[in-house]
Formats: sequence, C-alpha cells, structure tokens
Amino acid sequence: METIKLTIDNKVIEVAKGTTILKAAKGAGIHIPTLCYLHLHDLNIENKPAGCRICVVEVEGRRNLAPACVTDCAEGMVVNTHNIRVLNSRKTVLELILSDHPTDCLICAKNGNCELQTMAQEFGIRKLHYEGEQSTYREDTSPAIIRDIDKCIMCRRCEMMCNDVQTVGVLSAVNRGFMSVVAPAFERNLDHSECTYCGQCVAVCPTGALTEVDHTNAVIRALADPSKTVVVQTAPAVRVALGEEFGLEAGTIVTGKLAAALRRLGFNFVFDTDFAADLTIMEEGTELLDRLTRHLNGDKDVPLPILTSCCPGWVNFFEHQFPEMMDIPSTARSPQQMFGAIAKTYFAEKIGIKREDMVVVSIMPCLAKKFECQRDEFSTNGNPDVDFSISTRELAHLIKQSNINFNELPEEDFDHPMGESTGAAVIFGTTGGVIEAAVRTAYEVQTGKKLLKVDFEELRGMEYIRQATIDFDGLPINIGIAHGLGNARKLLQDIKDGKSKFHAIEIMACPGGCIGGGGQPLHHGDSSIIKARQKAIYLEDAGKTIRKSHENPYIVKLYEEFLGKPMSEKAHHLLHTHYFDKSNETVIE
Amino acid sequence: MATIKLSANKLDELKAVCKSFNNEKGELINVLHKAQGIFGYLPAEVQEVIAKELNISVAHVYGVVTFYSFFTMLPKGEFPISICLGTACYVRGAEKVIDEFKRLLHVNVGETTPDGKFSVACLRCVGACGLAPVVLVGDKVYGRVSPEGVKDIVAEYAK
Repeated sequence: METIKLTIDNKVIEVAKGTTILKAAKGAGIHIPTLCYLHLHDLNIENKPAGCRICVVEVEGRRNLAPACVTDCAEGMVVNTHNIRVLNSRKTVLELILSDHPTDCLICAKNGNCELQTMAQEFGIRKLHYEGEQSTYREDTSPAIIRDIDKCIMCRRCEMMCNDVQTVGVLSAVNRGFMSVVAPAFERNLDHSECTYCGQCVAVCPTGALTEVDHTNAVIRALADPSKTVVVQTAPAVRVALGEEFGLEAGTIVTGKLAAALRRLGFNFVFDTDFAADLTIMEEGTELLDRLTRHLNGDKDVPLPILTSCCPGWVNFFEHQFPEMMDIPSTARSPQQMFGAIAKTYFAEKIGIKREDMVVVSIMPCLAKKFECQRDEFSTNGNPDVDFSISTRELAHLIKQSNINFNELPEEDFDHPMGESTGAAVIFGTTGGVIEAAVRTAYEVQTGKKLLKVDFEELRGMEYIRQATIDFDGLPINIGIAHGLGNARKLLQDIKDGKSKFHAIEIMACPGGCIGGGGQPLHHGDSSIIKARQKAIYLEDAGKTIRKSHENPYIVKLYEEFLGKPMSEKAHHLLHTHYFDKSNETVIE
Repeated sequence: MATIKLSANKLDELKAVCKSFNNEKGELINVLHKAQGIFGYLPAEVQEVIAKELNISVAHVYGVVTFYSFFTMLPKGEFPISICLGTACYVRGAEKVIDEFKRLLHVNVGETTPDGKFSVACLRCVGACGLAPVVLVGDKVYGRVSPEGVKDIVAEYAK
C-alpha cells in the first residue's frame, strides 16, 4: 500500500494514498467539525457533497481554505485545523447558515438532538451578525414524516439516502440558489410521491427539517380515557436501542425495564410484538413450505422465491416500483398488524370487550409502521387493528414526560398471553433474523427432525447482500438476504430477469434491518451503534429458553383455541393481506 | 397543474430523442433541450417519460429542469413575446418595457396569460442593437419600443 506523510497540527502522520484530510485527522485523534458530511462506516454509506464548508482547514501554500472531507492528503502537506483563520472562517460559515435558519429551537422537535444546535453551542455562537431574508417553504405532513424545509441546511444527506442507498428517488435538490430546497418531483407532497416512509432521511437529518409525525399525545389521551382498554406491543429492535435515550451504552438490553416503563405509563396490557413475530413465522413459514413443495412438484404456476413481507417500507417499495411482481412476496401481514388483528378479535373476546373499546398502540423502530397501521385493509368498519404507532424516540419522550426514572426501573415481564415469545421472534429486529427464524421452524416442520443447533451463523452479518444454502435433510434451500432498498432492488431485478436461484429471500428496507430503523434513537453518523444493537439482539435470542416459533406455548394455544391451523380460512382472513399496484399513482395530476 | 396528455406521435418523437442519446443518464440536459424544442416547454408528463427512458428518478429530472433558467415548465403563448435584455437594449430602457408588458398582460416573466395568447420572456441580444430596445413577437421584430408603444403591440395581436 502506497503511503503519504503529512503534518496535521504539528503532528507528522502517515496515511494511505487517497485518504482525505478529514479521515487522516480522525485517525490521528484530531477532531475536525463537520455538518453535511456523514460516514456510516460499517454500512459503507458516505455523504460528502462538500456543501456546508464547516470542515475547512488551512493547507499551507494554498490560497484558499480546503474542505477536509473531500481534499486528499498529499506528500509533505502541512495542515492547520484550528488556527485563527480557520476558526473565523468556520464561525462565519456557521453564522451564515444560522442567518437563514429559524431560531425557535426551544419548541423544535429536534431540540437537544440537533447537530446544528450542538455546533452553535460548541462554537460559542452568541450573536448572529448577518441579517437578511429567510427562505420559507410550506410544511408537508405525510402519514409518517413531516418536512419542515425552513430548517433544511441543504446538507443533502436525505437525498443521498433516498437515492443512493434506498434508490427510491423521491428527494432531489430542486430550484436554484436561495430558492433551492430538497423536495419530491414537481414539489408535490410526500404522500403524492413514491416515498416508502422508510424514514432513513429522518434518521440522518442533522436538523429538524425531517421529523416523524408525533402521536405521543394521542397515546396519552387514550391512556387517560377510562372507557378504553389500552394494549401495547413493542417491536424486537426497540429493546436493544431505547436505553440509548437514557444514556445507556449502545447495545444495552432493556427488555425488562421497557415492560416496567410501559406498565407505569398506564397501559392495561403490556404485550410484545415478538408474540406476533412467532405467529408470522407460523404463517409465513407454512406458506414458504407450501409454495416450495408445490413448486418442486412441478406446479410452475407457483412462483419462487418467496419474499418476506414484514417490512412496511419494503411493501411500499415493491407496490410502487415492482407492481408486476406482487405475487412473489408472502401474503403474511407484518407482526405489527398480526398483533393488532389478534388483539382486537381473540384477545378482546377473551377479556369480554368490544374492539371499539380497545386501543392498540405499537412501539416501533420504524416510521413506515405509522403508514402501515393507517392502511384501509387493516381496519374493520373504520376501526383500525392498530390505532397508533409510535417510534422508539417518541416512547423515550413519553417516559421522560411521565416522570419515570427509566434507569432505576425494575426488570419486569410482559403480560400473558400476547407477551410470550421465543428467541426466533427477537431476531426479527436485525437483517437476517426473519429468515433465520423461518428456517428454524420450516426445517423442523419439513423434515420432522429436531435441529441440533438453532444458530445459523451463515445467515448473520452486516453485508448488504448475503446468501446461504441450508440443508433441509438432503434438500438444499437457497436463501438470499438484502437490507437497504437499493440492495433489495438488485435481488428483485435478478428475479425479474430470471436469474435468481433463491427459494426464499428476506428483505428489510433499512440498512441493518429494524435495528437501524428510521424511528430509532439517532446514531448521528456512528454506525458502531447499529452493530452494537445487532449484537444485543443475538444475545437476547441466545438467552431465551425457547428459540423456535412453533414451540411458543401461547402460539400453540392460539391455534388450538382460535385459528385452527396456519393458513386456515380464519388465519387467512386475519393474518394475511394483499398488495396494490401503486405505480401509476404518481403520474400527472 | 392542468392535465395535458401527450399525443402518441409526440411521445414517440420524445422516446426517439432519448434513444438518440442511447438513453444515457449523463445526457439528461441534452435530452431536455431537445424535448423543449419539440414541446415548447417541459410539462410533468414529458419529464416522467424522460425519467423512465433514462432510468433516473423524476425528482432528479425536475431538479435539473428547475435549476437551469433555460428550461421552462410553462407552455408558451400563441404569441410569444420576447424582450431583449442585452446591454444596448437594457441601457435604453428595456426594463421599463418589460414592466409595461407585465402590467398590461398581468403576467410575470416566464408566464403565459390564462387565455394562452401571450407569454412573456427575456432574451439576450438578437443582434439588432441599433434598434434598441428590441421586442420580438414570434419572429417579428419591433425596434425602438417605448413603454408607451407596448399597448399598440399587444393590441395588434389581441383581436
């Protein structure tokens, strides 16, 4: 490897050729502030439009300051990262950005969690020297995401996520100069675009320009209503991330405290989406085996591979972009929706209340779940199966508002029956988890044999596209996994071109899976946080006594008492869905 | 936005343009340029077709269309009025001429009257500096136009 020697802040360092000043400085322990720059190392995502000019440094011998994020190191280069010229320049740049930014920080959704605000604080900005016109733009509220473009600083991270990583292509910089904004085509609102509501734009937005639609007040109102029985479910990825909002290290498992907090918030029944994840495996696994058997028996009308359908961002994606392939994904509803459907039928019956008197709240690492629970097909006579979906971040706010000292809470369990789950359900929260859970059950059902080892290491990891062949007692099953919609697109294109060799494919819209979801605590560019969450997920699974969905005693009971068997008529009615061609929805008004 | 459907032969022409640039993403600006030549402007439908043909997002196409002032999403009028803003015309009061057109027709530069009759645009030097300030209506050139003369020009076409 060719290396280069240079001096940064009087420190002589040696780096590989092609290293930027920013990375070289970081390696030498020198922190150069950045704003538009974003590097999610473990996910191979980098945004460096060199737009904000906060990271400028002085390179001796050069007339102008250089943006450290895009300037490569050169042999013998002498760099100053914080002399007076640099500091003044950075401060000017920041003040100019602030001069076109609302200063209503106190009531901003990102107050305390805003990279621009943090920077203003770190730079010691106490006065704005530049007055002038402020750009204004209409606020755009969709079912899941709010765009408040007045707070946009044109870092273009969202654009990079939407186009390069997710290949959804909804957001683009439009117009010119002072008038430029990041917007969907023809400046339509998000709900008139192909937006999947994956929320990755929200996850990387440094300011309050992109935020989630907040439903915490609706939840508080439901909890305060004595005529309502309020049932809560919480997704697997929440328990390995919520702790971060309370200062705990990334990857801390807070399942017990989470259950305790929900109980103290006043939920009548503290349940677990994991229960429904086990149920999903029963339905999706059965569907997989059914399709597989029929396909292998020569029925060419049965398409393979089967694709998972738990991820609402992914469902939105193929409805918009690959409507011609709508018969390939499993028809199984997502765990969130299976939970809602069972809670408002089976469980409501059990406790003797009407569905109208029950409110189902879900805690999700996801913003697309907000859209999903509002879909017409998931309601009965206008009453939705899941009333409100709130993100991990919103739950943290709710806990803080309610004077609950989260870190001091005891470890408690979920309630029965819909709080019981297996290790297979927990791993739904990470890329590779849904398919591993499906394999654990499908293997045993198909072969009639017990698995000696339930850990399928070959399905785990963080690589964007993974494949493995699992031996179903002589029958090789080819599994594909993709996370990030851009990678999903590649696998879909292969299927379309008839090149896919897979029997089953798991897809999650967000990089890392739900642990990296758009509703999770903000990582602020530190991708090691997502890795830590993944590790915690597998740890939680390993600690479970029961690790296969079909062995969940409450799931067995649910089928005995209520559903009959997987894919029964009742199961079809309550636990399966159909998809819609949305490809033409965006054309000409 | 009004609903404007593309006729089949124009659509084929547009697709042929894309094809002539090998449906290359990098040729977007050239494709848009030609498309504006065909349609006179770049309505949403045209941008949607181009995005599909070049396999890029519509948002990206729209971003480029709105970045360059040459591209327009508004149809030109039956009688497109262009006021020269070249140096000679400018110093001889072209701006006041523009203001008068705007006042009389109730439109801004780049817009078209609701009846579709007139559109107002600016251009840079038509090579008739001796006649400054110059106004074009379609291909017809009007020289030494004063703000007072604007109403006569409009009247000529407003019948």
